[in-house]
Amino acid sequence: MRFSGLRILKEGLTGNKGWGAHWRDPEPKSHYDAIIIGGGGHGLSTAYYLAKNHGLNNIAVLEKGYIGGGNVGRNTTIVRANYFLNGNSEFYSHSLKLWEGLEEDLNYNVMHSQRGLINLFHSDGQRDAFVRRGNAMVNQGDDAILLDREGVRKHLPYLDFDNARFPIYGGLLHPRGGTARHDAVAWGFARGADMRGVDIIQNCEVKGIDIKNGAVTGVQTTRGAIKAKKIGMTVAGRSGQVAAMAGMRLPVESHVLQAFVTEGLKPVIDHVISFGMGHFYISQSDKGGLVFGGDLDFYASYASRGNLPMKEHVMEAGMTLMPMIGEAKVLRSWGGIMDMTPDGSPIIDKSPVEGLYINAGWCYGGFKAVPGSGSVFSHLIATDQHHSEATGFRLDRFRTGVGIIDEEGTGSQHNLH
Amino acid sequence: MRLKCPLCGERDRREFYYFGDAVVLARPDPDAGISAWDDYLHNRDNPAGVTRDLWQHEAGCAAWIVVTRDTVSHEVLDTALASDLKRAMS
Repeated sequence: MRFSGLRILKEGLTGNKGWGAHWRDPEPKSHYDAIIIGGGGHGLSTAYYLAKNHGLNNIAVLEKGYIGGGNVGRNTTIVRANYFLNGNSEFYSHSLKLWEGLEEDLNYNVMHSQRGLINLFHSDGQRDAFVRRGNAMVNQGDDAILLDREGVRKHLPYLDFDNARFPIYGGLLHPRGGTARHDAVAWGFARGADMRGVDIIQNCEVKGIDIKNGAVTGVQTTRGAIKAKKIGMTVAGRSGQVAAMAGMRLPVESHVLQAFVTEGLKPVIDHVISFGMGHFYISQSDKGGLVFGGDLDFYASYASRGNLPMKEHVMEAGMTLMPMIGEAKVLRSWGGIMDMTPDGSPIIDKSPVEGLYINAGWCYGGFKAVPGSGSVFSHLIATDQHHSEATGFRLDRFRTGVGIIDEEGTGSQHNLH
Repeated sequence: MRLKCPLCGERDRREFYYFGDAVVLARPDPDAGISAWDDYLHNRDNPAGVTRDLWQHEAGCAAWIVVTRDTVSHEVLDTALASDLKRAMS
């Protein structure tokens, strides 16, 4: 079933009776060429690109819950490529380019909206750092424009420019940054993978990974044993548990990150605004809700809800930046489980077990990486070679100390990112 | 979440600084080898359930505290002075 304007017209005139399910609900087979554990954004895009780019279609995505029910449906939907360090820079640039062609590619409206992202700065030193970051982005081939105070005021007149603690000196505008409809991304990739023959199996939890002579042979699941010689894990906050099934401990600690949404309002915030000094960022969804969030609660957690101190901190930061949002009522808050690595950057690598591939450690940046991650991880699974745009995300960089990707420059230690 | 400081009693979570897994109490010998140090610095059990982690009562008495708690329910099961545990280990 292809979506098109003509089709919408036809369905509208005939009672919308022709729409079907976007993907099948197959029974698991006893054997696949490859299995992806985890049907979130990364797992689905991996399956999609395995089928599309590498011609592998006897594959299954095993999801313990339902499609769109994990972090891919719990994030704040920001898409950007404004990284500074080699390793990250080329990867997120690759991912953003995929985003820009994604709707055509998937024949699915993911509501990708390149509304521009502005990172604010509040001192001369911070300006220097942003000039440097902007130059790195331009050198990578992406876009960055330095705005002075009046330049920011033109875009965001409602900010408190003269705040006593954080007066606004300017901002770094990333015009191609923006947002996308998060669950549509999951649905679009699920449908695209399914159309290419991938079995998407929901309510199927992996309980064990079978290993023989140092190589994977399959998995044990709540819906029976399934054999495969190649297994990719894309399970985000649950990486520790799935790795343990293969006898591994990962350099990952899972933390809770909260997000918030207000009642629906008329259009008021056109951009994505990042207020780094307050650990606060905000955008407005197409439905009208202000979507915002802050930093981790900062202790290991698997509770998909946070605690009050961070809520208070985020609200305070929001009020500091734009006092006008004090009138808006918060409707919901929720938490997602982030797989935090010591240096704050992800892992896309082979594991010590032959045939088992790791895609983990996305910290709080997984959503924008969804297409890029699937593209490079599928390349690794299919060819056993690292993709040219993702050569830095090595598992052993922590052990050896070589190739640490510490974007924030705070150190490679578990409680610092 | 409230944590019980063994010296000050139950206090707001905001008074405490989180350091990480209590594995850090068992510092390897300098020549223990790269794997032992990798496990100490980076690799984690990362349990969904009961864990032990190290906190400091930063805005209180400054004591280092090992907290036994559930990462799924946020229930705090036990707290103890890190110095007492360290002494018991040696």
